[in-house]
Amino acid sequence: MGNIVEMKKIRKEFPGVVACDDIDFSLREGEIHALLGENGAGKSTLTSILFGLYQADSGTISVRGKMVNISNPNVANTLGIGMVHQHFKLVHNFTVTENIILGMEPRRGLVVDTKSAAVRIRDLSRQYGLNVDPAALISEVSVGMQQRVEILKMLYRNADILIFDEPTAVLTPQEIQELMKIMQTLIAEGKSIILITHKLKEIKAVADRCTVIRRGKNVGTVSVQETSEQKLAEMMVGRQISFVVNKSEREPGETILSIRDLSVPGPTGVPAVKNLSLEIKAGEIVGLAGVDGNGQNELVEALIGLRKVSCGVIEMKGTDVCQMSIRERMEKGISYIPEDRHKYGLILDYSLQENLSLKTYYRAPFSRRGLLSRSHIRQHAERVIEDFDVRAGEGAQSQARSLSGGNQQKAIVGREFDMDPELLVAVQPTRGLDVGAIEYIHERLLEQRQRGKAVLLVSLELDEILDLSDRIAVISHGELVGVVDARDTDESEVGLMMTGIKRGEVS
Amino acid sequence: MKFRSGFNRKYVLSLLAVLLGLIAGAILMSSTGHNPVEGYRYLFRGGLMNLARVGNTMAIATTLILTGLSVAFAFKTGLFNIGASGQMLMGGLAATAIGLTYSWPRPVLLTAMMLAAMLAGGLWAAIAGFLKARFNVHEVVATIMLNWIAFWTIYYVIPGYFKGPFLETESRRLPAAATLRWPWLSSQFSGSYINIGIFIALAAVIVVAFVLERTTLGYELKAVGYNRHAAEAAGIKVNARMVLSMGIAGALAGLAGGVFYAGYAATMQIGILPSQGFDGIAVALLGASSPWGVWVAGLFFGVLHTGKGFMTAMTRIPPEIADTIIATIIYFAATSVLVERYWDSIDRSLSARRERRSVSKEEGGN
Ligand SMILES: Nc1ncnc2c1ncn2[C@@H]1O[C@H](COP(=O)(O)OP(=O)(O)OP(=O)(O)O)[C@@H](O)[C@H]1O
Ligand SMILES: [Mg+2]
Repeated sequence: MGNIVEMKKIRKEFPGVVACDDIDFSLREGEIHALLGENGAGKSTLTSILFGLYQADSGTISVRGKMVNISNPNVANTLGIGMVHQHFKLVHNFTVTENIILGMEPRRGLVVDTKSAAVRIRDLSRQYGLNVDPAALISEVSVGMQQRVEILKMLYRNADILIFDEPTAVLTPQEIQELMKIMQTLIAEGKSIILITHKLKEIKAVADRCTVIRRGKNVGTVSVQETSEQKLAEMMVGRQISFVVNKSEREPGETILSIRDLSVPGPTGVPAVKNLSLEIKAGEIVGLAGVDGNGQNELVEALIGLRKVSCGVIEMKGTDVCQMSIRERMEKGISYIPEDRHKYGLILDYSLQENLSLKTYYRAPFSRRGLLSRSHIRQHAERVIEDFDVRAGEGAQSQARSLSGGNQQKAIVGREFDMDPELLVAVQPTRGLDVGAIEYIHERLLEQRQRGKAVLLVSLELDEILDLSDRIAVISHGELVGVVDARDTDESEVGLMMTGIKRGEVS
Repeated sequence: MKFRSGFNRKYVLSLLAVLLGLIAGAILMSSTGHNPVEGYRYLFRGGLMNLARVGNTMAIATTLILTGLSVAFAFKTGLFNIGASGQMLMGGLAATAIGLTYSWPRPVLLTAMMLAAMLAGGLWAAIAGFLKARFNVHEVVATIMLNWIAFWTIYYVIPGYFKGPFLETESRRLPAAATLRWPWLSSQFSGSYINIGIFIALAAVIVVAFVLERTTLGYELKAVGYNRHAAEAAGIKVNARMVLSMGIAGALAGLAGGVFYAGYAATMQIGILPSQGFDGIAVALLGASSPWGVWVAGLFFGVLHTGKGFMTAMTRIPPEIADTIIATIIYFAATSVLVERYWDSIDRSLSARRERRSVSKEEGGN
């Protein structure tokens, strides 16, 4: 098997950083080649260069043995290169078919021939086992389905070099399983794949080779079979990583958050959370487990004040906060790490420092009598950047948009921890982070617990919930199935409960 | 050449838009058999030739700067204010009403007139803000309708209450004490239309720049404009901020009305929706929505508007050509995204060529 792509000495600089520092990279025909590296290492940049979104400052690319100049994504398309981006690029009020043919609409006379396109899409979908309905509206299908639409978009354009940038970060565990299968089908059909992911398990499961990038440099390409997860992690961060979470015993204190008989309407008005009661005590991490879309989001939004409740009580340290504004709840000590960082977490066009004071700008010392104090905003930002190892080319002044996905997440996490909350509501706090950063965030979450604060951890990853939580609340169809002690449960029991089966109902 | 920051880049693009507009105008002039060099010479001389003309240019620019500022301000909060014309009318009406009714000492009177103009314009626009926040009525629709309501309000109120002695269609003239004309200033500019409105506009530019850059209010308004979901999650009252932003934008346009009807004109005519409100959109676009950009763009449009008449008088170029040039500039400013992309691709192919050359040199050397 020859090399289908060869990138030599690729260099790309952004103001203040060398995103790719003379990287050599090659993709063999018919392999799944993983790219692994810390947040901000340069993975997205390298693949974006191959896809023609960025131009390398220097270096050469050859595809199928021929030197090419990929000046824009159209050139990449004609070379058979396709990419699924870290953040999808779909038009929400278009159908699947319309999205797929966008930019290369088949015509019959003057009209767009959606019919024959839809037929072809259905065939492709069947061939690769994608199960996509060409007539569905994007806004109405799940995230996992949207990703398949992105995959179909590549296949429709006859791409055979497929780039996946963190495809699994937005998927539920079930969807991840399916995606892995799809990738194997793709390989069997003669495609070659570049896979960016932070999850070593996934690399072990499907990849043939893995190239590790550290701070813009290629530190080695290894065969996945012959390299342990531990070794991969070490190559990536340059030190030992402990995968075990050390959780000390701790007696929970007084009740911080008390939810009683809470019902929350969903988007269509049907209750998304029904009669739910839950308590979180000081020094306790409560994990909220459930299949995606079972009311977790609505519950969280009701807690922080983004969504009105239909009935029930939410008490913080004995005071009802149901009628309070979002800001009043923040002042009561509720902090929030949102699931969708681009929508709810950051203002991408603001600088990093402006984002880091997004929740505190109105108070002294960040502002006085309505006037912003840039020096305080700056100093505060620099401290958080330092503490949370947020890497950005131009430091506190960098535009949030220019940060790598993982560093954006670290910035949000840093901002919320820095508010020293009584209750931290963390939804998928480690999504898109590298193993080193995950280890750090986990330590910080445990530190909150140690300091007698309360944490509500919402995650789709059972491992994370089982490792960190003291108690695990399982939600299904908006109802609380049960709350179990993390010490005497396991993955299979929680998994069963997630399907709605109560403890003790099976033996 | 590569731009390091997006800030400079925007200004370069605006300059480019102006340049392309002028080139298009030149092509138009020569294709209709006129000499473009001559045309432009008269156009710019008409706007800048002597102190009187500079004064007139500034007088015209005053209104454009304020309406441009109004549009730009709303735009920072992600709102599109198409209603500057109607807000100008309401502001002008309020100022005129006070100016014709009271005979307070001049500084008090003028201050009251301008404040009333801002209040009237502000409340007028806040209606659109409220409709958007409360009922999700798009502000473009609401402000356009409010334009016409203002138009008919003037139609009714001026003849009904402030009718002039001779004409049904015009208000009484404001007494000299109730205008922004300042004899000393006019005489400095050889008796032109210039008035203290230009200082009011300058002050507005400074205040708006300060509010946007240095205050928590500006921080909140821009946050809402960039990403209202994140702003809301951060505890900013998004709806209240949108109403306020429209209100401030309206106050600026109302002030434009005040300065226009008490400075440039001294009467209010019925049946006219002032075009300066729409020109404000172009000024804001060309000024890249930044207060100082608006200042410069407003002055530039002032030159074009003043010079237009002179060019037509001195050559046989029809005034429509001048309007076409203005329109072309607006067009290029509005499509600067395309220009930007084109620029990028030139930039890219140049660097790619450079690279290929260096690669082949290396290979040749080996
Ligand atoms: N458009 C840009 N402007 C300025 N800097 C950028 C830009 N894009 C990326 N960078 C910087 O380049 C570096 C590499 O970013 P890149 O997105 O390639 O990282 P990554 O390896 O994909 O990280 P992650 O795992 O967090 O997604 C980062 O320091 C980032 O801040
Ligand atoms: Mg990335």
